[in-house]
Amino acid sequence: MTFDEMWGHADRLRDPYRDFHDWFAEEDPARLRAKQREAEELFRLTGITFNVYGRAEAEERLIPFDIIPRIISGNEWSKLSRGIEQRVRAINAFLHDIYHNREIVKAGRLPEAMIAGNEAYLPQMIGVQPPGGVYTHIVGIDLVRTGPGEFFVLEDNARTPSGVSYMLENRETMLQMFPELFSRNRVRPVQNYPLDLRRSLAACAPSGTSGKPVVAVMTPGIYNSAYYEHAFLADQMGVELVEGHDLRVVDGRVAMRTTRGFTPVDVLYRRVDDEFLDPLNFNPDSALGIPGIMDVYRAGGITIANAPGTGISDDKAIYSYMPEIVEFYTGERPLLQNVPTWRCSEPDDLAYVQDNLADLVVKEVHGSGGYGMLIGPTASKKDLAAFRRKLKARPGNYIAQPTLSLSTVPIFARSGLAPRHVDLRPYVLVSPEGVKITPGGLTRVALKKGSLVVNSSQGGGTKDTWVLEE
Amino acid sequence: MLGKTAGGLFWMYRYLERAENTARLIEAGQRIALTRLEAGDSEWTSILQSAGVKSAFDHEHDAVTRDAAVDWMLRSKANPSSVLSCIESARQNARLVRTALTGEVWGATNAAYMRIRETLARKVSERDLPDVLRDIRQHTSLVRGMTHGTMLRNEIYDFVRLGTFLERADNTARILDVKYYVLLPSVSAVGTSLDNVQWETILRAVSARGGFRMEYGAGGGPAEITEFLTLNRRMPRSLAFCVDKLRSNLRYLHHGVDGQLPSLAMVDHLERQYLSHDIAAVFERGLHQYIEEILDQLGRIARQIEVDFRFYQ
Repeated sequence: MTFDEMWGHADRLRDPYRDFHDWFAEEDPARLRAKQREAEELFRLTGITFNVYGRAEAEERLIPFDIIPRIISGNEWSKLSRGIEQRVRAINAFLHDIYHNREIVKAGRLPEAMIAGNEAYLPQMIGVQPPGGVYTHIVGIDLVRTGPGEFFVLEDNARTPSGVSYMLENRETMLQMFPELFSRNRVRPVQNYPLDLRRSLAACAPSGTSGKPVVAVMTPGIYNSAYYEHAFLADQMGVELVEGHDLRVVDGRVAMRTTRGFTPVDVLYRRVDDEFLDPLNFNPDSALGIPGIMDVYRAGGITIANAPGTGISDDKAIYSYMPEIVEFYTGERPLLQNVPTWRCSEPDDLAYVQDNLADLVVKEVHGSGGYGMLIGPTASKKDLAAFRRKLKARPGNYIAQPTLSLSTVPIFARSGLAPRHVDLRPYVLVSPEGVKITPGGLTRVALKKGSLVVNSSQGGGTKDTWVLEE
Repeated sequence: MLGKTAGGLFWMYRYLERAENTARLIEAGQRIALTRLEAGDSEWTSILQSAGVKSAFDHEHDAVTRDAAVDWMLRSKANPSSVLSCIESARQNARLVRTALTGEVWGATNAAYMRIRETLARKVSERDLPDVLRDIRQHTSLVRGMTHGTMLRNEIYDFVRLGTFLERADNTARILDVKYYVLLPSVSAVGTSLDNVQWETILRAVSARGGFRMEYGAGGGPAEITEFLTLNRRMPRSLAFCVDKLRSNLRYLHHGVDGQLPSLAMVDHLERQYLSHDIAAVFERGLHQYIEEILDQLGRIARQIEVDFRFYQ
């Protein structure tokens, strides 16, 4: 049976929602409906939109926002954040290891082929020491919940996790529309994220940096689906937003073209993929990159966040080894559970997946955004047959997981409160000064009844996420 | 500040200014069409010329009609200087330089874009035209007001002003270029109703009717109009006024930097050669040639600003 975060398993109001429920019971639905529309107008005016890939026109769409918050108690959160910190530290140690001594392979805990044969593994990073020893400066851990104490990690986002601007704007919108809610609930703030991010990035500056480190955000440009977020973060941090053609290697430094000449950059928070970073070192056809930036990086002249080559740690095949990885590097049992995962590259697993396809979720190893995924229980016979053929042709390209009964949180639907499935992406900052987790994160919600797909590209919405002060 | 950002600001405000100027030209054209007794659409030809879009228009149309001219200037996607295209380009540039703008300026720009795009989604009937034009000017004014009221007076603001006044000077010069013959003392038979209508067009096209009357009372003919639009230093759309603003903003940008700034030297030259004499000297030189040369210099200055501040490389 599905666990509802407001009503539990048994229609008994759960504690974190008590104050909210009292408030809601006294509200006039018509006023709330007007507020919901107001929120949408606010989002549209601010331009909080994302561009849809694969459309003829560069269409900008709003991600639907639901006014019912998702509420997490302080206790639940402290347990979660301990697990998240453990996992993020392990990921960082793992990355350092596989680009240096490969102890985990030598110890026989991870097959050599998982690294050597992996597209996301960058040989250019072998032996490179990133400034401050940090690989994943910004991480988003996707969590799902199936019961009161049961959280699972669905995915680690260690490349360039997006969505943090929604976390911030959702809170801003709620504060504007329902100030009274925040006087009766003690909700832990998220608004410090941009300054925390700037501080965390600055703390990772190369050791030779003199004075205040110059930080810049790098975007692929205004047609990128997350451009709004790139501009938002640069604006909130008070740093420059640059594209590849604003940057050039000058005298062994990466420098940005200003109206008065070239100014060196110390820390580059890049929101472009590895392969578009440096046409000299990676993709020679890329018009987006900065020729030679990798040479500067290897010489310790710039910090790139996240470090090139971190993608391998959020690869879905590596994911299945995360429990071993956490244990290997921390010496502790993992505090956060992985979803049981079958690797279709292994004959026994493949056979199981083929026999039970209709009950499983099958994902591409390198896929993201909910594309190229099969949800067995809701798929048609035709879809299942088509997927069977794909599996047979390239088994190593897929992993499979059981269909989890994701928890629900009510949304404000036409008929009143209605339960919908959610996930949660907390945001984590890593620097030599420590690991910082913003309380809450981004809650994505499947707006269609019964649907388990929360991705915004597939019609999902978002909610404000509260962590209560105990 | 990034060179790209400087370029984005410059163009954002050029496009906003252009959108507003185009709306004003349409308003002037409509006004003449309504107050003139003889039949025909001749006025729209010179309106299209003033907007600098006549040749592109001819490429797509067989004849100049009121409907086609208004539609071309208001909402044609094939015309990069139509109000709709300008607003879209302004917003595109605003997105590019989002981090340099205040939230208020961005909000007003985005609201202008959403509103104008909606209003211009369909052909505008003659009956709705006044409301639509008012709407356009109100929205662009809101952006300007927010800019004035909320932006820090730093180099960001200097590029905003450069874009605004370069476009405005260009626009005023263009109107004079198309209508110069009406203003030549030798040709005009002062006081005929035809001339009065023509002069009205010019003044209306730069929103200068009220100001002109304040400055010259009920009198004032072609020489005074020319003087008002070229040399008057208090008329916010005159060439002298705009060039003065270009100069002061370039000076702010150059402050504390060694060496000469080529674009500033060009503006100084323009000022000295063309805007420091009296109106008699202008007519002596030849009004048409005078305007042509100024237009040419404005174009060069714009290109030099691009280079001086590394907009593109």
